[in-house]
Amino acid sequence: MGVAHVDTAPRQAAAAPLLLVDDVSKKFETPDGVMTAVDHMSFDVAPGEFLAVIGPSGCGKSTLFNIIGGLLDGYEGRVTVAGETVKGPHASIGMVFQEESTFPWRTVTENVAFPLEIAGQPKAQRIERAKHFIDLVGLTGFENRYPAELSGGMRQRVAIARTLASEPKILLMDEPFGALDEQTRLLLGDKVLQIQDQLKQTCLLITHNITEAVQLADRVLVMTYRPGKLKRMVPIDLPRPRSSEIVSSDAFGHYVAQIWGDLREEASRGMRDEETTLQSHKS
Amino acid sequence: MTARAQSNLVPLALGFGSLIAAILVFEVLIRVGLINRFIVPMPSQIAGAFHRVITEEEIPHRFLVTAREALWATLLLALFGIGIGVLLYRVKLLRDATETWVAAMASAPTVLMYPLFLVIFGRSERTIIMMGFVAGLPAVILKTIEGLASTREVLVNVGRSFKLSEMQLFWKIYFPTAMPTIFVGMRLGMIFALINIVGVEFLINFGGLGQLINDLAERYDLPGTYAAICFVILVSVIFFFLTDRLERWLRPAA
Repeated sequence: MGVAHVDTAPRQAAAAPLLLVDDVSKKFETPDGVMTAVDHMSFDVAPGEFLAVIGPSGCGKSTLFNIIGGLLDGYEGRVTVAGETVKGPHASIGMVFQEESTFPWRTVTENVAFPLEIAGQPKAQRIERAKHFIDLVGLTGFENRYPAELSGGMRQRVAIARTLASEPKILLMDEPFGALDEQTRLLLGDKVLQIQDQLKQTCLLITHNITEAVQLADRVLVMTYRPGKLKRMVPIDLPRPRSSEIVSSDAFGHYVAQIWGDLREEASRGMRDEETTLQSHKS
Repeated sequence: MTARAQSNLVPLALGFGSLIAAILVFEVLIRVGLINRFIVPMPSQIAGAFHRVITEEEIPHRFLVTAREALWATLLLALFGIGIGVLLYRVKLLRDATETWVAAMASAPTVLMYPLFLVIFGRSERTIIMMGFVAGLPAVILKTIEGLASTREVLVNVGRSFKLSEMQLFWKIYFPTAMPTIFVGMRLGMIFALINIVGVEFLINFGGLGQLINDLAERYDLPGTYAAICFVILVSVIFFFLTDRLERWLRPAA
């Protein structure tokens, strides 16, 4: 299994990293012994850059997400944001989760205004600010609806708007469109691209979807299957601003094929490993 | 009429219709002698007794006494039931040590402990309130724990990602999530409390509607007895209505 050197896309090469993941490893105690989820991972993300982390199921992507977000401790190595070491949740990192995470008892506006309420902003000011982010994710007209009255894609946009309202330096997303159908996923990808372009937002996306990774990212970090290591960093040299129309281009197909080439080996290994585990549990 | 108003009216009409149908069936069964009229009075006799019990048996006063006792028991349930539930949820050792006992207490016939409560609180409203409170307590505690435990981890992680303090996590995330289940517990607690309140009023011949039911039953005034029971149901309906309003106010999305 080849572990490649980190290549950096030309447009970020000169910028100092905003996020630095430095030799991070995480082990878990399991009934079958110690399991290494993340193994000596190092990479960085420059300001305004969009990095996608892709890997097969069970490769430690979500563990990495929780470490960077400060929700998981007891790991080796270091995570820094603008030079400051991350110890616990950090105001500079806004997290968007894979699962449905809107507060069902709050309206869209109340959900989006949540971080501003925590920050102690006056009500009128935070509602005004929330409206701005609701507009940004294209949900104007739904301000007073409850999440139960919205579609899955709309709820995920509420979650993104809520995170953006806290004005994080880094938007950290863990398969935010994982539960959505392919068409909605592509269209929401467009929305994320639009937002990133408007806000010059630094983004780190954890995903298992190659199309999504290539559509959105400046670089794609491919992880190995268990233990999760950096296998290859693929710079995506596609023009910006992008939209979902790019998926039909030859260059897009080339990147998808290249990443699938790397990922296929890992995904197959993961599948074999799962089958072996199931068989050993049966016998 | 809008489709929504129609859909609200249909269950209401069906509910009232079923009640009236049941009353008519009883009336007929008693009139034809299939149910002994000396044990169960005819609904028309019960309806006829309303005016008499209201004017001659101080129903409004007794109704208010029972309602006041139920209100006190409810307030104590909200304060201590939810409080203990939160404590047991947060301190796992305490929960592991006591949850089974609390569950066992829920099915225990606590009304039989009334002599003990008489010794402690005397023949007074306090005994009745405390009996109601004790009967409803396990349901509120258990449902509070259940509600808090059902908080999805991702919502807690959202709170943590916004750097919420433990107190903020509780009030902004755990409590709103648990609220519907806590209200179920409160309603169950109120049912147990009201049953015990009226039961103890009946047993110790003191207080509001329970004492009146005792008096009327001893006089073998069956229509009056059933008319008084209807007022107990009215107390229950009012409390359910109020808790429903409170829940909608606290959690409009429910």
